[in-house]
Amino acid sequence: MTAVWVTIGALALATAALKLAGPLALGGRPLPANALNVVELLASALLAALVVVETFGHGRSLTLDARVLGAAFAAVALTRRAPMIVVVLGAAAVTAIARLLS
Amino acid sequence: MFAISISFGVLARPLMGPVAPIVMSILVFSGAAQFGALAVLTAGGSAGAAIAAGVLLNARYLAMGLALAPSLRGRAPSRAAFAMTTVDASWAAASIGDGTFDPWYMVGVSVPQYAGWVLGTVLGVFIGPVLGNPNALGLDALFPAFFIALLFAEARGRRRLAAAGGGAGIALALTPIMPAGLPILAAAAAAVAASRIRS
Repeated sequence: MTAVWVTIGALALATAALKLAGPLALGGRPLPANALNVVELLASALLAALVVVETFGHGRSLTLDARVLGAAFAAVALTRRAPMIVVVLGAAAVTAIARLLS
Repeated sequence: MFAISISFGVLARPLMGPVAPIVMSILVFSGAAQFGALAVLTAGGSAGAAIAAGVLLNARYLAMGLALAPSLRGRAPSRAAFAMTTVDASWAAASIGDGTFDPWYMVGVSVPQYAGWVLGTVLGVFIGPVLGNPNALGLDALFPAFFIALLFAEARGRRRLAAAGGGAGIALALTPIMPAGLPILAAAAAAVAASRIRS
């Protein structure tokens, strides 16, 4: 539980610092272009990593289970511009049904 | 948005108890960082790995703040108050198109989102235990579903797609050989590599 509270406190401070750095501390001074390029790509790289780990990861091994079907449903629903509630409930429902049938 | 914050409350409750998820939504107010840190902690990763994942996921706020800075006027406390209301959707909505931003418009979009985010988390925390076994309901699939949704919004353009592809490959390759959380942090190397691609 300590780890949870430490994580919450640190992320609250860090997120505020990241939001405030530009308008307050850096005051119009731009970051070097190559640093800014990396910053803009970090979210894409980490989100993709989280997608594969949360879809295939099982501890330290990779598995194929019902989550894959739920994740696939979410991806298809998003390409069809489905509302978020459909994406979320559909992904859970597809995974639950696959588990029930297996 | 509301569906996402309810999911966060439901998924965070087993690990964090009823109070911490709500406090996190009040203080952090960032879907990517909250789900990212929760995913690392739920997988058994350390607080350090969870914090680092959250910070890297939110590093984009640094770039967004730099873009926003020239549009903020007044004294430091007022500029700080406006800057704190930055979230992805409101920042994008407040962009006027010539590189400047309408700060009050951003506040107008952020405030209802913040209320929905906190309220949804409260609902999720209380609904969760009523639902029963989260895995039987497929709720563990909400983690990948949510990250796919964020990735869809984020990974536009060649360099971001390259960063996403590289990050996924690194995480898959390292998951069998590294403790939970570290493969996700290592994916940051793909952002460094992709930044060298000409846009």
